[in-house]
Amino acid sequence: METVKEKQTKIKTIATMKISGAEAIIHCLLAEDVDLVYGYPGGAIMPLYDEFYKFQDKLTHILTRHEQGATHAAQGYARVSGRVGVAIATSGPGATNLVTGLADAQIDSTAMVCITGQVPRHLLGSDAFQETDIIGISTPVTKWNYQITKASEIPEILAKAFFIARSGRPGPVLIDITKNAQFEEFNFSYKKCKGVRSYIPTPKPNMGSIEAAAELINKAKKPFIVWGQGVILGQAEQALKAVIEKAGIPAAWTIMGESAIPTSHPLNVGMVGMHGNYGPNMLTNECDVLIAIGMRFDDRVTGNLEKYAKQAKVIHFEIDPAEINKNVNAEVAVLGNSKETLELLLPALIENKHEDWHNEFKRLYEIELDAVIKNDIHPTKDKLTMGEVIEEINLASKNEAVIVTDVGQHQMIACRYAKFNTTKSNITSGGLGTMGFALPAAIGAKQGAMDREVVAIIGDGGFQMTIQELGVIFQHQIPVKIVILNNDHLGMVRQWQELFFDKRYASTVMVNPDFVKIAEGYHIESKRVSERKDLKATIQEMIASDKPYFLEVKVEQEDNVFPMIPSGASVSDVRLK
Amino acid sequence: MEKEWFTISVYSENNLGLLNRISGIFLKRHINIESLNVSKSEIDDVSKFTIVVRTTEKWVHNIVGQLEKQIEVIKAFYHTDDETIYQESALFKIDSALLFDERQIQNIIKESNSQIVTVGRDFFVLAKSGRRNEIDEMYDQLKPFGIKQFVRSGRISVSKDEMQISAMLKEFQPS
Repeated sequence: METVKEKQTKIKTIATMKISGAEAIIHCLLAEDVDLVYGYPGGAIMPLYDEFYKFQDKLTHILTRHEQGATHAAQGYARVSGRVGVAIATSGPGATNLVTGLADAQIDSTAMVCITGQVPRHLLGSDAFQETDIIGISTPVTKWNYQITKASEIPEILAKAFFIARSGRPGPVLIDITKNAQFEEFNFSYKKCKGVRSYIPTPKPNMGSIEAAAELINKAKKPFIVWGQGVILGQAEQALKAVIEKAGIPAAWTIMGESAIPTSHPLNVGMVGMHGNYGPNMLTNECDVLIAIGMRFDDRVTGNLEKYAKQAKVIHFEIDPAEINKNVNAEVAVLGNSKETLELLLPALIENKHEDWHNEFKRLYEIELDAVIKNDIHPTKDKLTMGEVIEEINLASKNEAVIVTDVGQHQMIACRYAKFNTTKSNITSGGLGTMGFALPAAIGAKQGAMDREVVAIIGDGGFQMTIQELGVIFQHQIPVKIVILNNDHLGMVRQWQELFFDKRYASTVMVNPDFVKIAEGYHIESKRVSERKDLKATIQEMIASDKPYFLEVKVEQEDNVFPMIPSGASVSDVRLK
Repeated sequence: MEKEWFTISVYSENNLGLLNRISGIFLKRHINIESLNVSKSEIDDVSKFTIVVRTTEKWVHNIVGQLEKQIEVIKAFYHTDDETIYQESALFKIDSALLFDERQIQNIIKESNSQIVTVGRDFFVLAKSGRRNEIDEMYDQLKPFGIKQFVRSGRISVSKDEMQISAMLKEFQPS
């Protein structure tokens, strides 16, 4: 394979040549180290697709079966690889189909560049065929967007797009390129973007605030860390581990931060939030110093803000100044990249154990184990539970799999019970809660980490939102493992209807097709498990397979996910049943 | 928290679509923009948005954070009315006959410190700059005589304290 340097040298040689805007886009992508894009062709983007054809030995284009699938695949790719995901679509409906993925990437801070075709410059504003104002539509769900109407703008704008997408707090960028700009010829040269004067990607750490944070932590009797995806995005996993171990601080994660520290680490006390673990939720309201690292106090994490950690002094490590005091007021705000700030913090910390405090977490874990976990993982009833399926996947994959989840009960169960040894292994739609995310995201995750086992865990509802991406898995023989946890319901909504709407099950009973036959229709090896006796062996067979594998597991229809913080309640009102 | 009047000043690049991005931040939070003015600023190639909102300090702080986060926004500030010098401008178009027939009109012009911009056979135009209540007062006085057209600009404002932008821009050295 060519190195980036070789590619760049080659690009230099064409620097004096006149090329089309479409070809220029390819050279920009190559210069940004992109070798894989997801997309769907159409009228206004055809000049670019013509170049994909010519450059197919250097740049792989994966035809997803829907543009939404392209965005989620790009997201999955970006999240496991730490690189920028790229999705391409045509104008009009192609572009509008990207919106869900853009919104998902925006709220979950995923580096993605979307390129859309647009009607020619002279037709803008004429309501031309497949014309839509995608700049207007995508503005609230992009970190940045721009419409290119002449070829000469392409190199500078694409360089800026990649810089903005990946720097600081990452996010999605959309570049809309009119068809005439793709056809026009111009003298191409490329310079990587190194900065934008109105944009400070990463604030410089302030030693004063780091010292203030260290002082609070050193004096704390019951310090508690909640970390989020900022630790993964900042590559601060080792720095966080060092801080936790030196200061002996129990640490919990938001679902976006999961896998940054191995599940088995003795100071990893589990998940916070609506369906998080009992201990970390209860003790949020007992800690004296709450150290939030790379997380944004989402309402699913905090519950009722009026009753959230009011007794605690809050230290907020964060890259985005707009997150400081947005939901929870911070006594000390430490701005900057999480790795940089945690490494500066470490030497200022005093070694500690906090054994009694840690025992509090252990005691509450025992309560949760008895009331919830035991029955989820080792059920005594006949019907299969989602929890035991996850546990079998843990065992068969030796906790080394990348777990990609959709949205709903299966997602919460997977986040609760999946075990991880390696970072960047829990890929899920956190902030937006996008059903249909997992199948295409798993494709991207596998292609972003071909050496890793990728298991998509999906509910019967969400699966049918992007089911057509089975076509990509079949066509390219992408060896992802797909597990459908089928309860023939929209389980999470059904759970809320049971608990809060007097069991009025409005539109949550699913009349499902034969999923195994559908997967077989795509020539994917498929199995269905309805009984416990078949579960272990089938999951072992699935993990052992080096091909795509589809497994439907029929699970209990009316199970609920607990613990649960009811909407609007305090974290310490977490219910075990 | 009490609702107050705030003037938000946004220094930005002069790029297509930024107005949409900025107004969207208010829309998402269901906060009405009471007044909006866009102009050049004291720095070459830097635009200035002056936005007036009535909201709580918590929300205005949140909004300014979101504004600054936009790639093309250089810096944003918020101030209460006490912290700024601010004005609006208004134009009144009035029937010319009234200027000669109604002595009271001439008194209003004198007392309000407004200027006659133009006088023609059919109408004359008065311009008035000042605080909104002053303009409102003049409007109320002229109303009984008949106003053919009225328009008021958005607020323009300068802060009493310094808004440090130039230093920030100098620090940026594109490599």
